[in-house]
Formats: sequence, structure tokens, C-alpha cells
Amino acid sequence: MRLHDIAHARTGDKGDISNISVIAYDPVHWPLIRDLVTPDRVAAHFGSFSAKDVTRYELPQLHALNFVINGALTGGVTRSLALDAHGKCLASVLLDLEIPVAAKTSE
Amino acid sequence: MSTIRIGAGAGFQGDRLAPALDLAERGGLDYLVFECLGERTIALAQQARLNDPAGGYDPLLERRMRAVLPACARNGTRIVTNMGAANPRGAARETARIARELGLTGLKIAAVTGDDVLDRIGSFILDETGEPTSMLGDRLVSANAYVGIDGLVSALAAGADVVICGRASDPTLFLAPLVHEFGWARDDWARLGRGVLVGHLLECAAQITGGYFADPGVKDVPDLATVGHPLADVDADGNATISKLTGTGGCITRATCIEQLLYEIHDPAQYLQPDVVADFSGVDFTEVAPDRIAVCGASGSPATGHLKVSVGYYDGWIGEGQISYAGANCVARGELALDLVRARLAPLGAELHEQRGELIGVNSVWHGARGSTTAPEVRMRYAARCVSAEAARRVQEEVEGLYLAGPAGGGGATGGVREVLAIASTLIPASAVDAGVELLEVHREIA
Repeated sequence: MRLHDIAHARTGDKGDISNISVIAYDPVHWPLIRDLVTPDRVAAHFGSFSAKDVTRYELPQLHALNFVINGALTGGVTRSLALDAHGKCLASVLLDLEIPVAAKTSE
Repeated sequence: MSTIRIGAGAGFQGDRLAPALDLAERGGLDYLVFECLGERTIALAQQARLNDPAGGYDPLLERRMRAVLPACARNGTRIVTNMGAANPRGAARETARIARELGLTGLKIAAVTGDDVLDRIGSFILDETGEPTSMLGDRLVSANAYVGIDGLVSALAAGADVVICGRASDPTLFLAPLVHEFGWARDDWARLGRGVLVGHLLECAAQITGGYFADPGVKDVPDLATVGHPLADVDADGNATISKLTGTGGCITRATCIEQLLYEIHDPAQYLQPDVVADFSGVDFTEVAPDRIAVCGASGSPATGHLKVSVGYYDGWIGEGQISYAGANCVARGELALDLVRARLAPLGAELHEQRGELIGVNSVWHGARGSTTAPEVRMRYAARCVSAEAARRVQEEVEGLYLAGPAGGGGATGGVREVLAIASTLIPASAVDAGVELLEVHREIA
């Protein structure tokens, strides 16, 4: 199972900081998302920054997480060499994260 | 007045015009807000004003005003916008000229100034470099503070029908009409926080009505082609319902609202604004009817007393080139093309500050992607930030040179060179910024 099967997401940018919201479609999956989508896993998935650059905020009433990633935009929107300098695509990349099926069945 | 109705006319400089006109004509709005300034837009506008002292405001100002002014004047809808960019006074004069042409006698147009702090920014330390702004020397282009509601509220109190500012924090454009109408105290942190939430949810226009949202088969959006812009009915306590006009496409759901709530937010409990630190951590949304969402739970605490300043400066040149490879073994040929350009640019050494090569279709967006070795086609892209335009041009030329001196079957080369106008940030005390308001009234043209 991929995160895309149970959550939606949106990217925002400010300077060289990207934020990615991750929101459960169904409250049933909120505990799973909260437990498994950790800063460590997010950093490992992208592979281009470390977990210490990632701060996670929880909004339980919305079944949502907000990840704030420092230094994610290769110097910031205005001077980056990247095609997607805003990092608009990053939320969808995160939704490719594999969620272990064992975790799903053990909930 | 029991509730105020505010609509979003634009969420960025290039936003679509038709939904704004629809709102102006049949939205029953008290206010129509156009948010048109991105992080870098104002620095580009300052550049434009250096070339033409009468310019430097939003290039779409005339089109937007010409389209919506008649309906807004007819319906008593006041306009608030940051389309003044680097020249709010020039934008107000231009708007007055258009209003006069349209015969809108008596219309009052205000220019709000004070965000331009270029003359007092030198000693402030940039977050990015840790050095004073003055170290940028003649590379410094602009410095604009994200100002709060003061100038906008004064302009509304003076009776302006159209209020045009430059850099202000985006939610401020929505907060100011609410403070003006409901007379909220400047230390009523909870209501100010709720007003900021209304502004934050609306400031990106279609991003809450189904734009930037559709994911076919998973998150489908009805009639996205005719997506409408949002409006909010806000009561005197700052509670709001968000909706859109009947007959417009898109959707407003709990899901669209949650995505927009967290858009460009860091700590949801501390959204730093010029007039308040808004707290979105307890916000919740309720669907009261289809495409109609009630918003509650925002709060606030005292403002920090400092304003963020965006500093625009020249930071070298970027040269870029692209070329396509398709069919058998195209990934390997694309990778060979990258190696060749890298090798041919190597003699430039330190003239290239930073370089980047990638295959669009494999790893251009996400450099950590585990590259696939097969694809139906790839587009090789090479970009470098350089000390000079000449060096940047070499990057473009070396990609184009792959036509004859690169791998087999390269086609469709494109490229370009642009000067980098970068943005850095600093903070200044709010007390160092003074809002100014200049009011113009449209008089009948004397024949």
C-alpha cells in the first residue's frame, strides 16, 4: 500500500523551506499515518535531506500532519536551478511512500 | 452590519480574470480582493520602475480594473489589492484614469504606501547570509516590508472605493476590511486571528475551490474548467462560511479547506503576521451544505513587533539548455549528453557557481529518485548559475552543440539565459515603518 491510497497532500513554499501537509481521507487511517509517516521516514523517502531538517506538526482534529522541511528547495525559489523551484511536486512524491501492509492489518 | 461578504478576485499575478468578473457581477460582495504579489514579484516590479518611473505596478492592472470596476461601482463593492507593487501611487493614478474613461464619476481611489524600506535597510542582517544588507552593494534592488492593516484601514475609513497597496502580508488584504467594518480593537487577538484565517483561506483564490487539488480517480473535482473563486461571509466575531457562486465549477469541501489551511504554514499555532500571531492549531471545518463550509477555532496572540522584509538583489546569471532523446536506449543517450556538457563546461571552473544536470521524465523534479533505465523518451536538461551572462550563454550553447557533437538522435534543443533576481529576508521593527495614504477622486471629464 502506498500513502497515496489513504491520504492526500499539498506543498507550500517560503524561501528555501518547503511544507507538505498529509491528510487522511478516512479518520480510520489517521493512527496509521500518525505512527508511520515520521520525519525519519519522510527524509529517507526523499533521500536529499536529513531527518533533522524535518519538523512535524500534528492536527488531530483534522487528521492531518504538517511537515516543514528546511533547505528543501536548493537555495530557494528565486535562485534555484530546479525546474520546479517551488517544490510544488514534492507532496505527490511523498504520496509514493510505501506503507507496510503488515502495519495496516495490525491496526 | 451583521455579516461582511468578501470575495477573492485573484490569488497570484497571473490569475484568471473570468471568475473575478463573475464575483463582481453577481457575488453580492462588500469587498473584492486581488492578491497579486509573489515573493519575487515586487523586486521585478522595482526593476521595471527603474526603467520607467511611471511603471512598476501590476502589468494586468488595467485589464483587471477595466473588467471589474463597472460592476463593482454598480454593486457597491469596494476593491482592495496589492497590485500597486513597487508603485501604488502610479497604480492609483492609472486606475483613476480608467475610471474616468468608464464614466465612474465620484469613485475614490487610495494609494497606500510605506512598505518600501530600501532607504533604511542597510544595517539589518540578512537571514540567509548573516551579513548586513549593505554588503550587497550595488546588487541591492529592493527592500519591501510585509506591512499590516494600518494604511489599508485608514484608506477605507477615508471612504476609498478602491484601495491599492504594495507589499503587505497577503491575509492583511482581507483582515483590513473586517477591522474597518467591525471596529475590532487592535489587541483583540482572537478576532484578529480569525480574520487572518479568513484571509489565509481566500488569498490563493481557486486553491480552496478545487484548484491545485484534482487527482483523477482519487480526488476528482467537478467542472474544474469553470472553477469559481471563493467568497466568505464573515460575522462580527470573525466566524466565517466559505462558499462559491452557484453555477461555477470546482468544489469546496473539508478536504480542500484542510489543504489550504496548511498551505505555506509552518507551525500552525504560530502564523506570524504584522498585526497578530495567528493560531490555526485548533481550526476545524464543517460542511453545512454542498460547497459551503463553516470555519471555526482560530485564535491569536500579540504580534511580534517586527515585520518581515523581502530584499531583492542581483545574484548572477542562469544559463539553461534542453534536448530530447527518444526510443531505444534513450536514457543512456541522455546520460551521455549530460556527461558531455559537464566535461565541456569544466574549463569554465569557478565561473559556474552551481550546476545541475537531469533527465526530465526520470529525475528532474526529485533528485533522489531511483533512476529508471528505460523510458519512452527523456529530455535532457542542464542549468548553471554563473558569474556572467557570457558564461551562462556557454551553458546554452553547449547543450545546443549536442545536435552535431552529441549522442545519436538528439532533437528539439531549446535554451535561454536570464539574470537572477534573488530574494533574501530580514526583520525590521514595525515602528520603523509608517503607512501613507493618498486619496484620488474621479471627477467628470471637462470636454
